[in-house]
Amino acid sequence: MELDKKTQAGLYETMLTIRRFEEHVAREVFDGHIVGFAHSYIGQEAVAAGVCRHLTVKDKIVSNHRGHGHCIAKGADVNRMMAEIYGKKDGCCKGKGGSMHIADFGVGMLGADGIVGAGLPISTGAALAAKLEGKKNVAVVFFGDGACNEGEFHESLNLAGIWKLPLLFVCENNGYGVNTPASYAMAAGDITRIPEAYHIANATVEGNDVEAVYEAAGAAIERLRRGEGPCFLECKTYRWHTHFLSKDIEDLRPKGEIAAWKERCPVATYADKLLRRGTLAPARLQSLQAKVQKKIDDAFAFAAASPYPKPEDALADVYSA
Amino acid sequence: MREITYDQAAGEAIRETFRSNPRTVYVGTDPVLDMQKEFGEDRVRVTPIAENSFVGAAIGLAGSGYRTVVNLRMATFGFVAMDQMINHAAKITYMFGGQARFPVLIRMTVGAGFFGAAEHSISPYAMFMNAPGLKLLLPSTPYDVKGLLKTALAENNPVISFEPFLLGKAKGEVPEEDYSVPFGHAAVRRKGSDLTVVALGRMVPEALAAADDLAKGGVSAEVIDPRTLVPLDTAAILRSVRKTGRLVVVDEACQTCGAAAEILARVASDKATFGKLKSAPARVCGLDVPIPFSPPMEKFAVPDKSKILKAAKGVLR
Repeated sequence: MELDKKTQAGLYETMLTIRRFEEHVAREVFDGHIVGFAHSYIGQEAVAAGVCRHLTVKDKIVSNHRGHGHCIAKGADVNRMMAEIYGKKDGCCKGKGGSMHIADFGVGMLGADGIVGAGLPISTGAALAAKLEGKKNVAVVFFGDGACNEGEFHESLNLAGIWKLPLLFVCENNGYGVNTPASYAMAAGDITRIPEAYHIANATVEGNDVEAVYEAAGAAIERLRRGEGPCFLECKTYRWHTHFLSKDIEDLRPKGEIAAWKERCPVATYADKLLRRGTLAPARLQSLQAKVQKKIDDAFAFAAASPYPKPEDALADVYSA
Repeated sequence: MREITYDQAAGEAIRETFRSNPRTVYVGTDPVLDMQKEFGEDRVRVTPIAENSFVGAAIGLAGSGYRTVVNLRMATFGFVAMDQMINHAAKITYMFGGQARFPVLIRMTVGAGFFGAAEHSISPYAMFMNAPGLKLLLPSTPYDVKGLLKTALAENNPVISFEPFLLGKAKGEVPEEDYSVPFGHAAVRRKGSDLTVVALGRMVPEALAAADDLAKGGVSAEVIDPRTLVPLDTAAILRSVRKTGRLVVVDEACQTCGAAAEILARVASDKATFGKLKSAPARVCGLDVPIPFSPPMEKFAVPDKSKILKAAKGVLR
C-alpha cells in the first residue's frame, strides 16, 4: 500500500535536510573551518528518517558518534546543531560537546556518544523510564555493525529482553567498523542471529529504501507501544565518506563498492520515485529543495553570527545546580 | 541515642528517600528483599551481573527523570563499569552543556583488611577524583553514611559513595529524626594543637586510636575526617595545619597519586600554610602493591595505628 503523500514528502524532506546539512559540514571540515572529529551520515539518511517519523517528542532516542542525522530526524534545532559543530556559544551544548556530543533533551534526543556501543546501556534506562511511566512511550537506540561486537551491546540486548523494555534497537549495518569489514569482525555472520539468540523480535531491511525502513520500524514501534518487549531492526546501508571526515585519511574500502552504493543513493532514488509516482510535481520538488537549502544556509548564518564561548565558560556545567 | 550499623544506616537513607520520592529506582545484582517488598519489583530491580550495562541503564533513567541508586557491591566490580562511570556519568552533564540532570547514586565498598586478596581489596577513589563531574563520598561512621547518602539522594549530579567494607558492621549513634550531612564539610573528630592527622575512611578510627596513644605521651593530635573527597574541604585542613604546623595524612589506598598526595599538594602550595609548617608532612598509605592474600603480608601492606604513630613521631621530631 502506498504511503500518504504527506508522509512521502516528509520522509524526503528529512533525508534531504540531513544530506544538505552533512554536505555543508563535510565541505567545512575539508576547508578547515570545522575542527575536530565529525562523522558523516551521508548515505544512511533513510534509516534516521524512516525510524524517527514514527516518534513523538515524548519518545526518546540515543544516538552514536555518527549522530547528526538522528538529531535532525528527531527534530533537534538545526541552527543550534550547526552552532555546536562550530563550537559556538549558541550551540545546543553551548559549544562543550561538538559534533560527537550533540544532544537536545527538549525533543527527546538524549545525546550522541563517542564510545562505540556505549549508548546502548543508556537506552535501556530510557526505555525502562518509559515502561515505568506506563504511557506507551518508547526508546530507540541507533548503532552500527561495529557496536555489535562490544560487550555493552550484548548486555543491553539481554537486559532489554529480560525486562521486556519498549526499546527498538536500530542497527545501521554499513558494513564496516572504521575500516574493518563486518564480514571479518563478526562471528555470528548475520547480525540478526544475535537478537534471535536473545529471543528478541527482529527483521532486516534494505536501509537505503526509506519506505522499507519506515514500514519495518512502524511495525516494530507498534509492538513496543503494545508492551510486547524489545525489537531489533537491521538496516543494510553504507556511508559514503571515511569513518570520520578528513582529507588526510585513506578510504580502504573497494572503490567499486563505494561507487555501487552511491548509485543507490537513498535521497536521489526517492526523489525519482516521488516524481515518477506524481507525489511531487517537478516544481514542487524544486521548491522543497530550495526550502531545505535555505534552512541549512540559515543554520550556517546562525552559527556564523554566534560568538565563541568565553574561555572561562569552560568552568561552568561540570555539575548541575 | 540509638546505635545502628553503618550498613543499616545506609539502608535507612535509601528507604526514607524511596518513601518520599516515587520517581526513584534501585538496581543491583542482589535482590534486596525488604525493599522489594516495600517498593515493588518495578522500582527495586535485580540485574544480571553486567555492571557496565546496569550503570548505563541508571544514567539513562536519570536522564529520563528518575533518580537512580546503583549498588555495585565492591569497587573491584566497579572497574567493569568504568566506561559508563568515566566516559558517561562524569561527563554527560558537561558535554551536553548542562541541559539535563543526572541524579545517579553509585555505591561500592572499598578497602582491605578482610583477606579479600588483590582484586577485591582496593580503594580506587583517587582515580575518580581525576574524573571531574562526579561527587565522591567516603563516609567513616554510621551517622555520616546516612547523612551523606541523604544529601546524595537530593543531589542532581552523579555521586559515588565509597564505603569501607570493614566498617559495614560498625555501630554508631544515628538519630531517629531526619538529618543530612552536607558535602564538602570535614569533621574534626578530635581537637588538638600539636599535630594534624587527616584520615580517610577506615583510617579514621585507626587515627583516633593513635591520637589516644599520643595523648598519653603528652602530644595533642587533631584528627580531621574530610568525609567527602569531591568536594574536598581544603579550608578545614589548611586551618588545622596552620594551627599545629605538623601534618600526617592517612589513607589505606596505594600511595602513588592518591588522595593523600593531593592533600599534601594543597597544603604545600598554600603559601600561608606552607610557611607555618614546622616539619615535612608525612603520608601513611597502602604500599604500592596489589593487596596480598596471606594475613601477615596483608597487614604489612596496609596502614594501621602503629604505622600512624611511627609517622607522627617522625613529624614531631
